[in-house]
Amino acid sequence: MTAVLEVRDLRTEFFTAAGTVRAVNDVSFSLDEGEIIGLVGESGSGKSVTGFSLLGLIDAPGRITGGSVRLNGSELVGMSRGELRRRRGREIAMIFQDPIATLNPLLTIGQQMGLALSAHERLSPKATEDRCTEALERVGIPSARARLKSYPHEFSGGMRQRVAIAIALLHRPKVIVADEPTTALDVSIQAQIVTEMKMLAREFGVAMIWISHDLAVVSGIASRILVMYAGRIVETGTAAEVLRNPIHPYTRGLLDSMPHATRPGEMLRQIPGSMPSMLSLPPGCAFAPRCPRADAACTAVPELVQQGGRSWRCVHPLTQPDHEGATA
Amino acid sequence: MSGATDTYLTIDNVSKIFGPRLTMGERIVRGAMRKPPPPSLTAVSRVSLTLAKGQTLGLVGESGCGKSTLGRVIAGIYAPSSGAVTVDGQKVMEDGRKITTAVQTVFQDPFASLDPRMKVGDAVAEGPIAHGIVSRAESRAHVEKWFSRVGLDPTLAGRYPHQFSGGQRQRIAIARALAMNPKLLICDEPVASLDVSIQAQVINLFLELRRELNLTCVFISHDLSVVRHVSDRVAVMYLGRIVELGETRQVFTRPTHPYTAALLDSVPRIAAEGEVLMEVKPISGEIPSPLNPPPGCHFTPRCPRATAECSARIPPLRSIAPGQSAACHHAEAQMAEPERAEV
Repeated sequence: MTAVLEVRDLRTEFFTAAGTVRAVNDVSFSLDEGEIIGLVGESGSGKSVTGFSLLGLIDAPGRITGGSVRLNGSELVGMSRGELRRRRGREIAMIFQDPIATLNPLLTIGQQMGLALSAHERLSPKATEDRCTEALERVGIPSARARLKSYPHEFSGGMRQRVAIAIALLHRPKVIVADEPTTALDVSIQAQIVTEMKMLAREFGVAMIWISHDLAVVSGIASRILVMYAGRIVETGTAAEVLRNPIHPYTRGLLDSMPHATRPGEMLRQIPGSMPSMLSLPPGCAFAPRCPRADAACTAVPELVQQGGRSWRCVHPLTQPDHEGATA
Repeated sequence: MSGATDTYLTIDNVSKIFGPRLTMGERIVRGAMRKPPPPSLTAVSRVSLTLAKGQTLGLVGESGCGKSTLGRVIAGIYAPSSGAVTVDGQKVMEDGRKITTAVQTVFQDPFASLDPRMKVGDAVAEGPIAHGIVSRAESRAHVEKWFSRVGLDPTLAGRYPHQFSGGQRQRIAIARALAMNPKLLICDEPVASLDVSIQAQVINLFLELRRELNLTCVFISHDLSVVRHVSDRVAVMYLGRIVELGETRQVFTRPTHPYTAALLDSVPRIAAEGEVLMEVKPISGEIPSPLNPPPGCHFTPRCPRATAECSARIPPLRSIAPGQSAACHHAEAQMAEPERAEV
């Protein structure tokens, strides 16, 4: 498999009046063609900022201050705005959490899809309509040609998210960054969208980064999972391995605090405390103050350990894979 | 959970219909012009159920199913269009006015439910003082007591909501509801806006307080795994109607309504033994508009078991098994399906 996206030591910082926030801190991963990876974390973990950074969508007071993002071999960090615009939407696209905020309420679906098309391609009105209709049909919107004349408010939440997906797929990008695309939707609609996205990814060979706070949803779509905490990736591995044998105590804590991990009616195994403020992170491992295994060794930033297809940042890992990748 | 079988909360044939409120003049003009009545929306349709003291009822369903509206009718926030709610033998509303403080609510969004310009201690004290539960002089001690009970430092009572995190704000909202000494607590999506690790903390607080205070609760959530965890009984709603009602374990392992089964199939889950279940089975189609619901059983257009009878006749909510009832013509067939793993 060849990597379509290679992220190395990515660092994004926000220079605020209250201090510097390192929202993305030395994040590295690669994404293969057609692969779906899940980026999991709680609010404030930096998962969304990571997604925005990949597309160069960081505004002042934020800035990408280090590292590299290579898309199909070309470096995106430091690329000119014009050059980035030529790639955004065509080679790498994004789907946002809230489809009401994504779509322009004053334009019909057909008009905004047309705009998205014309950003990278010159097509006749007829050809534009055909392409848009086809795109809507692909994401399961009935009577697509007629719906092109509808406004966003005439669609349900699930249908709006389908439109956003259709727009993201218009130029057949190599990579899609999906930021909590189903969080605002009902479970039944979420299940539909997850199933369709999996199918579309397979059909078009598009690689995807699925950002979510919900481990269960991610386990349903991603083959590999990256867990983020306070700006750093703390654990990676195949979805099955991470869920079955978490290495980082934070991942274990997340899995344990889900209701199904405990018998109904009994107290859940909660993680004590809350995410530290990004303005005053504890020295060393940011999870240490909440971690049951923390000791003096945790005051230094843990090195990234890579072994058997997994990686983690923890000096007290719960389990360690052998070189074949199997965990004890 | 509780051994008591006497009913504490009674919801008797409650409906809530939202429609434009017409003035007498408008009504006369419409009548004279022979205009049809303006469209109205039946958010809750003929719901009847009872709950014993100390029990928790889970109310589940997709957005627009009427679960929050029903919660607000029980809480006395909305007046029912017909029917009545009684708690411990006392009516919650009379002549469109709430006449009891016995029912209190914790809302979903602690950012919206707390006044940003009111100190959180004052927010907790306001209700008890207004209703004469404590005097102004006693209110300080009352606030401190409830702050400690929900796991907050009582010295923080002089702060404003924006100085607290989401989880802490939800603790304040719980303290504010409990400071009124309610007999019944309505929790409307109390953990939906919280992170997973914080969600577990708030659920634990809820479980703890419920046991200590022997609270009777209605727990509204779209998250089936949370409802499974906290409820003794569960009511599944679809377009304003209760389609299934029963003991939580039974409903979750042996649903008797196809909608319940389909909803359970939509939940992404990680099985207990670390086995990863990747596939979800989505329900086809979307919830129809409540302004124009399909005739008969509202679930018919999406139901894999639908027959001609389903759109011809509304299935009544009937007992299918001990402690479990469903509103479906094909409930027996649904129940014959093999038992499923828990959410």
